[in-house]
Amino acid sequence: MDLYIALALQIVYGIANLVLISLGLAIIFGMMRVINLAHGEFLMLGGYTVVISTNAGVNIWLAMLILAPLVVGVIGVIVERVMIRFLYGRMVDTLLATWGLSLVLIGLVTTIFGAQTATTISPPIGAIQIGDFTSSGYELFLIGVTVVLSVLAYCALKYTRIGLIARGTMQGAEIASALGVSTSRTYAITFGVGAAVSGLAGGLLAPITGVLPSIGATYIAKAFITVISGGTAILAGTLSASTLLGGVNSVLSYITGPTIGEVGLLVVAIVLLRLMPQGITARLFRRSL
Amino acid sequence: MSTTRRTFLKGTAATAAVLASPGIIGKAAAADKIKLVSILDQSGGLDIYGKPMVAATEMAVDDINAAGGLLGREVELKMYDPQSSIQYYTQYATQAAASDRADVVHAGITSASREAIRPTLDRFKTLYFYNTQYEGGVCDRNVFCTGSTPAHTVEKLVPHAMKKWGKKVYILAADYNYGQIIADWVEKFVRDEGGETVATEFFPLDVTNFGPTIQKIQAAKPDMIWSALVGGAHISFYRQYAAAGMHKSVPIASTTYGVGNEHQLMSAEEGDGILCAYSYFEEIDTPENKAFVERFRARNGGAAAPALNELAVRSYEGVMLWAEAVRNAGSVDRMKVIEALEAPTMIDGPSGAIAIEPTTHHATLNTYIAQVKGQKFQVQETFLAQQPTDTMQVCDLKANPDTVKFYFENGLEAAGIK
Repeated sequence: MDLYIALALQIVYGIANLVLISLGLAIIFGMMRVINLAHGEFLMLGGYTVVISTNAGVNIWLAMLILAPLVVGVIGVIVERVMIRFLYGRMVDTLLATWGLSLVLIGLVTTIFGAQTATTISPPIGAIQIGDFTSSGYELFLIGVTVVLSVLAYCALKYTRIGLIARGTMQGAEIASALGVSTSRTYAITFGVGAAVSGLAGGLLAPITGVLPSIGATYIAKAFITVISGGTAILAGTLSASTLLGGVNSVLSYITGPTIGEVGLLVVAIVLLRLMPQGITARLFRRSL
Repeated sequence: MSTTRRTFLKGTAATAAVLASPGIIGKAAAADKIKLVSILDQSGGLDIYGKPMVAATEMAVDDINAAGGLLGREVELKMYDPQSSIQYYTQYATQAAASDRADVVHAGITSASREAIRPTLDRFKTLYFYNTQYEGGVCDRNVFCTGSTPAHTVEKLVPHAMKKWGKKVYILAADYNYGQIIADWVEKFVRDEGGETVATEFFPLDVTNFGPTIQKIQAAKPDMIWSALVGGAHISFYRQYAAAGMHKSVPIASTTYGVGNEHQLMSAEEGDGILCAYSYFEEIDTPENKAFVERFRARNGGAAAPALNELAVRSYEGVMLWAEAVRNAGSVDRMKVIEALEAPTMIDGPSGAIAIEPTTHHATLNTYIAQVKGQKFQVQETFLAQQPTDTMQVCDLKANPDTVKFYFENGLEAAGIK
């Protein structure tokens, strides 16, 4: 029984982990049809922000929950202003440009901080006991954060004026513009928010993963597959795709091993995209956010 | 553009000069400088291993030149950065052999990179040093593998850890040839010691979520974990394992932890207690090693210098072994140097005495077992002059000098080791 509870927690965490690493990418892709290949590096920068600021004596919670999204959000806005805004509507060009950006960021961070960084931060929450099993309390906290983040994103899009403008710009940029909305500002803010969410995710994952300049590469593929499988609806897409892919990955990893777990995730994604080329939300949950 | 006779002649003469010059320059340089080419990843995912190796190689060449060079000639170091891509390895190896006419090539971190360039350097008859700890089994007269192999490290650490912790072992390994073969060795040594391997799991290099495995470990209730995890993403395992409180109840032994300086990437709380075995630790308490560490730090930015580990020191000692052999041979001629190395050549390096084992072209070296404490290693046990007995079981270059084979390519069973 304890095993099943611990296992269920693990599956939920697998799903939450995917949501967390994909949400920033999904916001940018869903709103602006821009696929940000530097997404992994945004996560990495979030991690570095936390490591560096906690080493400088900042409280770890402050560093993870405030500083990481703030720093990476600002970087996101700068990137949008000097690079992305010239490339709207040119998907292949943005792919190439953001890929270049990711190489630049890896190179910069390596040059400044070296190929290895002393990560001396531990998870601020200890282990929890489930019968005979112990599980990471911090993972439980991450599940909670993911839920709060999803609810916040939903409410922001659904009930606030900014959310309305963002959705309007997403559906018809020209009409929104004709109604007096500054679409270019909306895009800049959206990109910044997407980057900030990525930074938050990177910061939150820093205490339980390695923080290295090249760590982004391990996230980008999974985030990319999740977002494409989910389709353009930001929340419904990310949540449904994460549940499916993360669930399959966790269960298969437990039954067979991580290699088959990873293969399973990819096979499901391929079959899914064969059946629904525009992603889950192009067929199901069509009117959702 | 119209071509007159004059411009045509000028053009061809210039082209001919350009085409001819590399040959002339190449020969002239070869006469006064000895060429050492190093191919090590300074960027991409493997840079955490490559950068300290590069720094150590540079230091070795500078040391040789500061002492007057070799045979009265300066040693010129040429470096290539293959960017963690196998494709560049083959390209640069060809360039080193065919265009640079290197007298020796020191190259390769992963086994995959070594196997990619070994045939090239064999074909061009260019002497090759592979200075990395690896799974053993390369048998090739042109190649010298100076790193430790499982017989040096795993064979010593398995009984040590089992005596300390118990007989049930759970193995985690990276999912490529190194991890697969090391897992085979661990299983074999555990069996030899009368222990039991309860499970073996392999992880692709980009896995960062180890949750399901941590639950499985708890269900299996082993006495210890054996980790052959590799690279930046796999550091997540140690951290998530600690976050789940498991590091207190089921301890970890490893012969990969630490060469990427993982012990400094993690907090003391997370890393304390992990047992490792290598042929070198920065903390080895000898005057020679202390002096070496101090000089290395002074050259590489003081406190910001990377911690020294087996990979870096093997790179230094590999170059020094080659240099000693050139001195003994009185020549840089490939066969003369190989014969001098087989004589055998031995040196005293920071890790202690190290000699070439002539039948396998591997190294006879000291092995150390150490435990992590406060982001440092504490040496627990020392084994002097250990032979590469794993490779010696399959390889004898004295009896069969024409062998060119990587015996453990398809696992131990295929090599006839039970």
